[in-house]
Amino acid sequence: MIAQNVAFWSLAVAMVAAAYRLVTTQNVVRAALFLAVVLAGTAGQYVLLTAEFVAWVQVLVYIGAVVVLLLFGVMLTRAPIGAASGLDNDQRAVAAIVALLVLGALGAVLLDAFGDTELVFGEVRRSAEVADAIFGQYVVPFEVASVLLLAAVVGAVAMARRD
Amino acid sequence: MALNQFLLLSAVLFSLGVYGVLARRNSVLVLMSVELMLNAVNLNLVTFGAFHQDVLGQVFALFVIAIAAAEVGVGLAIVLVIFRNRADVDLDKVDLMKG
Repeated sequence: MIAQNVAFWSLAVAMVAAAYRLVTTQNVVRAALFLAVVLAGTAGQYVLLTAEFVAWVQVLVYIGAVVVLLLFGVMLTRAPIGAASGLDNDQRAVAAIVALLVLGALGAVLLDAFGDTELVFGEVRRSAEVADAIFGQYVVPFEVASVLLLAAVVGAVAMARRD
Repeated sequence: MALNQFLLLSAVLFSLGVYGVLARRNSVLVLMSVELMLNAVNLNLVTFGAFHQDVLGQVFALFVIAIAAAEVGVGLAIVLVIFRNRADVDLDKVDLMKG
């Protein structure tokens, strides 16, 4: 349990620091790399939560595809690659207040509802059980998700092509 | 491990994402903040899946990951169209429909 807590807190500190830099940095490429750090930390937390399959999907889809896609977006919109100004608008103070209110509300509800409930891990859940759930009980949402992905790809190509 | 440490970490990440969406002007950075918020929600789903010892949380997290990939593809296509038409991705200047 101690080893798990050490792993949790070191990942958590790195994730929060990277997320804070992600929303405050004045360098677009660094922001994308900080996002990759946060996503990798989340994959580590999934391993701690015994969700290895989700952790690897996170690495493949988020870090492998989404971050690369965002970097392509940075490149194609000719965002300033080095340090730049004007990435933030002039409502930072209001945004910080709203974010702190969201954090306060969520934190109060969580502390009230779960207090110091312990997370106990029962028997090992195999990835095959995830597959059974997706292709058994949730096969219709799975097919709908595949149609949605197809529609998104067709829509993105139709919007982004030049003619 | 306490259940709350995962949930509070997720709440902190979500709030930072809210701040990023509200305070950023560059639309690619806003998309990154949205990804941060989706990621926080996924961490919640997997945590509750582990808490209830049910794979359902993982299944939902996988669906959210698939839909987030679709969202970022369509979002970047929209940003590219805006950039092509206006040569700028500053969200404060996209106010054509402002009353």
